[in-house]
Parts: sequence; structure tokens; C-alpha cells
Amino acid sequence: MTFHSFDTWWWPFLFILLAGSLTTDCWRFLGVYLGDRLSEKSEALVFVRTVATALVAGVISNLVLFPSGALAATPVALRIVAMIAGFVAYLCLGRKIIVGIVAAEIVFFAGYYLF
Amino acid sequence: MRWFLRGIMAAVSVPALVLFSAFIGFAGLAHEAGLTLPETLFLTAFVWALPGQVILIGGMLSGNSLPALAFAVSLSSIRMMPMVVAIVPEMRTAKTRKWVLYVLSHFVAVTSWVLALQNFRTVPHERRTAYYAGLGPTLILGCLVIIILVYAAAPKLPPAASAGLFLLTPIYFLTSLWGSAREKAVHLGMIFGLAFGPVFHILTPQFDLLGAGLSGGTVAFGIHLFLRRRRTA
Repeated sequence: MTFHSFDTWWWPFLFILLAGSLTTDCWRFLGVYLGDRLSEKSEALVFVRTVATALVAGVISNLVLFPSGALAATPVALRIVAMIAGFVAYLCLGRKIIVGIVAAEIVFFAGYYLF
Repeated sequence: MRWFLRGIMAAVSVPALVLFSAFIGFAGLAHEAGLTLPETLFLTAFVWALPGQVILIGGMLSGNSLPALAFAVSLSSIRMMPMVVAIVPEMRTAKTRKWVLYVLSHFVAVTSWVLALQNFRTVPHERRTAYYAGLGPTLILGCLVIIILVYAAAPKLPPAASAGLFLLTPIYFLTSLWGSAREKAVHLGMIFGLAFGPVFHILTPQFDLLGAGLSGGTVAFGIHLFLRRRRTA
């Protein structure tokens, strides 16, 4: 059963609801229920955060290394260099997300038009 | 009512600008993945957690099955729980109705959470639910407008611009994820996830995200436990 399993107008919406909405809101509702009963510093939550972060990190690499569309037509080295440049700029220039984004895009476009 | 309006105005801020630029990238990604505009709007309004949304789209592209993808998204959204746990005592008063908190919890995501905790100091305790009811939905609406604009512009973009657009999502996550990590273990998890993602993508494309998340997170947590034991020993 995948996103493209059924050729009806409602299946994509049901898929999004089941795979994305319920699975996110259930944690929010549990958060309300637990209120202040749970310590944010518990080891179980540290484990949860490492897994969740590794998951999103996996998405990041795959979006850069195996992209689709227009990004796929650009050299893989350029994408990696732009990402590294953005991250280094973020780390060195006050840890502002916007700085990292702008730096990565500048390097990307510079490389795109120079090479 | 006054505090509801102030909550709406609080959405005009630097964190919101960063969020909007991230959603420009997300809309480009969704458009490229072949999602229709109604599907993307629906997904954004009802999931409202960018990492989960990106995982959802990434999994749809790789043809992940519904249960595998639901599991992956729910793993990434677990972090909503401690965030809600932290914000509820800030908003709750003796008179607050339970259902109000459950409804408002849907709007909890990084940006509104950061803005709320930062601004709540200036909001009277019993007005904070009204304030958040203004702030949260306004951020969603702003992102929905961004998505509509990107969908309208995307077919006309030159390849260089749309390539740059697709780079927005990964660089936004790379920096924001690093910045939001409170402990070293999470930074380790991020590094292992970055390394394992492509490996699992080649080995088991159907379970690439789950594989990277579970193995990368477990290795990072193992190192964290090992280091802590050595420190206390």
C-alpha cells in the first residue's frame, strides 16, 4: 500500500491523514495529557531525540545525494560543497539559520554559473 | 480579543521569515514530487511539522509502504510531545478547558513554540491561550499562501532557480537541526544519520529513512551511554 496504490481522488488525502497527520497529532495530544508529569531530561527522551534527528538527517543526505528534478541535473560535488559552505558559515557567523541558507545558495549559484 | 490580535502580529518576526523561506523550499519539493496543490495544502495544514512533511514526501517518492512511512513520520514527530509538555503549563490556568489545549496543541511546531515561549513573559497568564490561538494559525496560513505562490511560479522558473529552491530544504534542516539539539548525543545522531541515509537508500530504498534513523540514533545513544558511564565511573 503506497501513495500511488489507488487511482482515486481521495486516496492521497487519506494516505496523508494516516501516515502524516495522525502520527504527528497523537504525540501532541499525548503531550497535553502528560502535562508536567514527564521530565524532559529522562534518558528515554534522549534516545527518542537521537533517533528522530538521525531520521531527518538521513532525509537531508538523500535530498542532496539523490535529488529529483532540476537539482539532479547539477553536479553532485557542487551540491555537497554548497551544503558544507552553508553549514560552516552557520557555525562561524553567529549560528543564524538564515546565514547558512544564504551562504549555501550563494556558493551554489556561483558554482552553477562559473562551471 | 486584544491578545488574540497581538498573537497574530507576533507572527511577523525573524523566526517566521526563516519558516517561510523553508516552506518555499518545501513547496518546491512537493511540486517536484508530483503532489497537487490541494494535496500539499492539506498535508501542510494537517501535519504541520516540517521534518515529518519532508519524510512523508521523501517516502512517497521512494514508494515506501503506508505502515513503514507512518512509523517513520511518527518517530520524527515524537519530539512534539516534550515540546507540548513544556508549553502546556505556560498556557493552562484553573479555568482552561481541556479541549482548548488539545486543539491548540496541533499548532505546536518549532517556530510557534519558540516565539510563544519567548513572548509569553509579556502576556498575562489567562490570555496566553488566546495569544497562541492567534499566533499558531497565522503561521500556518502564511505558509499556505507561500505554497500557493510557489505552485503558481514553479512552472515558469528557470532550471537554475528551481535547483536552488530544492537546496533550501536540506540546508534549512542541516542548520536548524544542529541548532535545536540540546545534547551532544543528538549531534552524534545527526552525523550518523547523514552518513547512514545514503547507505540505506542504496541497500534498502523502501526502508531508507527508518534504517538510517534507527541505526544512526541507536549508535549515537550507545556512545552517549558509554561516555556517561565512563565519566561517572
